[in-house]
Amino acid sequence: MNALSIRGLEKRFSKGLGKGVAYALRGIDIEVAPGEIYGVLGPNGSGKSTLVRIVATLLIPDAGEVRVFGHDVVREAKRVREVVHRVSTEAAFFKKLSPLENLLYGARLYGVPGRAAARRARDLLTLLGLPRDKLSRPMEQLSRGQQQKVAIARALLHPPRLLLLDEPTTGLDPRSKREVQELILDLRVQKKTTIFLTTHDMEESERICDRLAILDEGRLVAEGRPAELKAHVSTDGREPSMEEVFLALTGKEWDDDSTAQT
Amino acid sequence: MIPPLRRELIATWGFVARNIHLTKRYWGWELVWFAYSLTSSLAVAYIGLGTEMLSGPGVDGDYLTLYLLVGTLVWSYLSQIFYVISEMVAWERWEGTIEYTFMAPSSRLTHLVGTSLFAVVYGVVRTLLILGAAALFFDLNLAGANLIAASLWLLVGSISFTGFGILAAVMPLLFPERGVQMTNVVAALLLLISGVYYPVEVLPRWLQFFARASPATYVIRGMRESILKGVGLGAAARPLALLTLGGVAMIFFGTWIFSLAESYAKRTGRLKRSG
Repeated sequence: MNALSIRGLEKRFSKGLGKGVAYALRGIDIEVAPGEIYGVLGPNGSGKSTLVRIVATLLIPDAGEVRVFGHDVVREAKRVREVVHRVSTEAAFFKKLSPLENLLYGARLYGVPGRAAARRARDLLTLLGLPRDKLSRPMEQLSRGQQQKVAIARALLHPPRLLLLDEPTTGLDPRSKREVQELILDLRVQKKTTIFLTTHDMEESERICDRLAILDEGRLVAEGRPAELKAHVSTDGREPSMEEVFLALTGKEWDDDSTAQT
Repeated sequence: MIPPLRRELIATWGFVARNIHLTKRYWGWELVWFAYSLTSSLAVAYIGLGTEMLSGPGVDGDYLTLYLLVGTLVWSYLSQIFYVISEMVAWERWEGTIEYTFMAPSSRLTHLVGTSLFAVVYGVVRTLLILGAAALFFDLNLAGANLIAASLWLLVGSISFTGFGILAAVMPLLFPERGVQMTNVVAALLLLISGVYYPVEVLPRWLQFFARASPATYVIRGMRESILKGVGLGAAARPLALLTLGGVAMIFFGTWIFSLAESYAKRTGRLKRSG
């Protein structure tokens, strides 16, 4: 059984009364095997976050089917939520609460008793290198990199079978970015966690993903191992960069703002 | 493997503990709101003594003061429950945590019950503090009051207002930009029709019709009868039972409507938008 199975997925949003609809996702088919790190690469507005939100049961699709370890994300949402966790770009924390208080809240939502959660939260935050004096300070006093580490620690309090990472390193400094990437790789090795990651960082996608999908204007334009994608578009025997792969497959420059859709 | 019921109980406590932590962290605001509520209650209660002074000895100023104080305190308590529950969505949107909370495997009923439990405990503590402070300003005579009956009225009122709060929480869920203002309108209407500061009989006939639909009308009347006239549980049993049934029904109805609204918000992408 696949960790994630997406078939014929479609999602559209109303542009406003009488203004029609905007398609965020069209005809998406993806299969992710257990233990795989699967990356979705695409520019801003390509539909990456919409895709992650649907898998996380935060959005209901208009057509198609999404299953997580065999459970349908609409009809069996509770079962899906028990095995999925999502870490997003924005720090979804209570700003005045401390990392420990935020983690305790998160753990209890997943049924982890307070005492066990507190011990585990301390261990995880220390393991991730969060300074001891920051454990009880309000989240708003932590740096962006530290907040992202807390977000990852929160996801690991109740280890998910499928971890959804929505641009987890966006906005981080190079060192923090590297640390988070190492953490993702460790997770797969130590916990056998399946990881579904979205990014618009070419280097990151190539470095940590087993397979990649390229998403553009809500459509999946290519899928494969990074080396396969490169080989697919290479014409002169030279290994192209991921930017060149994107250009060849979508006809658009990576930084082109016109690629933004929603 | 933790049994499902225990998991939900842990999650319920999670919501209560989170709100306790938030209340402690925002203690400055709590102090400001307490001062505001206390001064508002005092200002209303002084109308009783003022009326006696203006109208002469025909008016029992002490009775009127206690009448108004009961109304303002009960309303402060019930509206607190209503606001804590109805604004839970708006609050989480503002903090940016709404998607995290809605993605958790705990049930929505657990979410709503946890928030409601905190609201009740918070409301009781806050109202007792205001009552204690108000007692320093007035010569309150509670000798003839039936405090057991009064406590039961307050408890039953909590159940009713929990249902109202859950129903009102739908508005910030569906209308991210104006939902909170809409809940304020609901609270203002309840204040008008529920006889908080006057008997509902002074209202126009058509407004009295709506007053009968507000649980606050019965709670405030019951509280006044038990505190001002010493009416006991025997006489209050039937209305208390009816109010309890209505309150429980309202909680389930509100939770059902909330689940429909949540589904709609997830179809239209309204969960994420910040208002």
